[in-house]
Amino acid sequence: MNLKEIFGKKGAKTIKNGIWREHPISSATLGICSALAISNKVENAIAMSAGVIFVLILTAIIISLLRKIIPSRVRIIIYMITIASGVTIVDLALKAYWPTVSEAMGPYVPLIITNCIIMGRAEAFFVQNPPKLALIDALANGLAYTYTLMAIAIFREIFAFGTLLGVKITPAGWVDWVVLAAPAGAFFVLGVFLWITRTLAGVEPPGKG
Amino acid sequence: MGETSLLSIFITALLIQNVALYYLLGMCPFVALSRSLTTAFGMGAAVIFVVTLTSSANWAIYQVLEATGSQIIQYIVFIIVIAACVQLVEMIMERFFPALQASFGIFLPLITVNCTVLFISLKVTTVDNLSYIQAVVYSISAAIGFWLAMIMVAAIYEKLDLIGKVPKGLQGPGIIMIITGIIALAFMGFSGMV
Repeated sequence: MNLKEIFGKKGAKTIKNGIWREHPISSATLGICSALAISNKVENAIAMSAGVIFVLILTAIIISLLRKIIPSRVRIIIYMITIASGVTIVDLALKAYWPTVSEAMGPYVPLIITNCIIMGRAEAFFVQNPPKLALIDALANGLAYTYTLMAIAIFREIFAFGTLLGVKITPAGWVDWVVLAAPAGAFFVLGVFLWITRTLAGVEPPGKG
Repeated sequence: MGETSLLSIFITALLIQNVALYYLLGMCPFVALSRSLTTAFGMGAAVIFVVTLTSSANWAIYQVLEATGSQIIQYIVFIIVIAACVQLVEMIMERFFPALQASFGIFLPLITVNCTVLFISLKVTTVDNLSYIQAVVYSISAAIGFWLAMIMVAAIYEKLDLIGKVPKGLQGPGIIMIITGIIALAFMGFSGMV
């Protein structure tokens, strides 16, 4: 069974673009703040990804349904209100059901509002496409975001704390790489990650900005 | 942070807990605009202005929300205030500094989704519960910290660009991350100053 049969030609292209070719983090460098800040523990990364996917889907549905009604002059404000409402839901849900993670993530939960992936996709895709395609695009981008965050978080948690999801997995006598737990470590890991993915995907280096 | 002196707030926000290098915020414009010193300089200045404006406005609004017990809508309110302020700055710049506006391009509206701006508004209200004067000092110094980090990275990137020996896949965002990492490492040396 291939993707084209399930989602149709346009749907398949959307998925491929979202997950690999126009990967939000590595090619468009969007949404890196949270990729850096929250990626020191796998648990936080899971909560963050779930939050972002939820808000992405909600925004995709609402914006693509309203796309013919929204006047283009005020569209940014409409995106913001939609996203902010979604994030409020996520924040309250986390506080109620997952208080430890909510505590650990602190102000980074409300900062999903300013995650450029959601805003960027709303402007570039959701507002021009019907709900079905927008939903597929939201899922693809959410997935791409999740696997990036996971890759970085797994790497950082193992090397910085010697644990995975809080379970000790490194051999006795392991010395933690403290620098990876610090903010500076996040920059190094993401820098190398970008290097690898951009080389593999053959992204052209940007011209002088 | 009830009795903390203004000077220690200033140093903490500027150097020790720098928004870009410690909280890792505002990275989208950071990466996109750190390729040239002039753009980084201008963007940083715009951020300082917007942050000071929005967080003092949001601080006042938060007191009203708290008094009426409607904190649940605070995120929506904050983001609307920020969007309005950015719109205002954009209009002013279009009218008086068209050259600067042209060089920002798409990134001026994106100050709205610059996490730094929202973060500082949240920090002075819900997270730290500062008094008004502390909130203003914190916002200005945190924004200056962002500007400082940005021009440092941009300056190093420009020099690296002249040598031009960066591997192809690492050019652009990749190398900016590595440079920022090294600067963040250096800034860790400031911890424990206050």
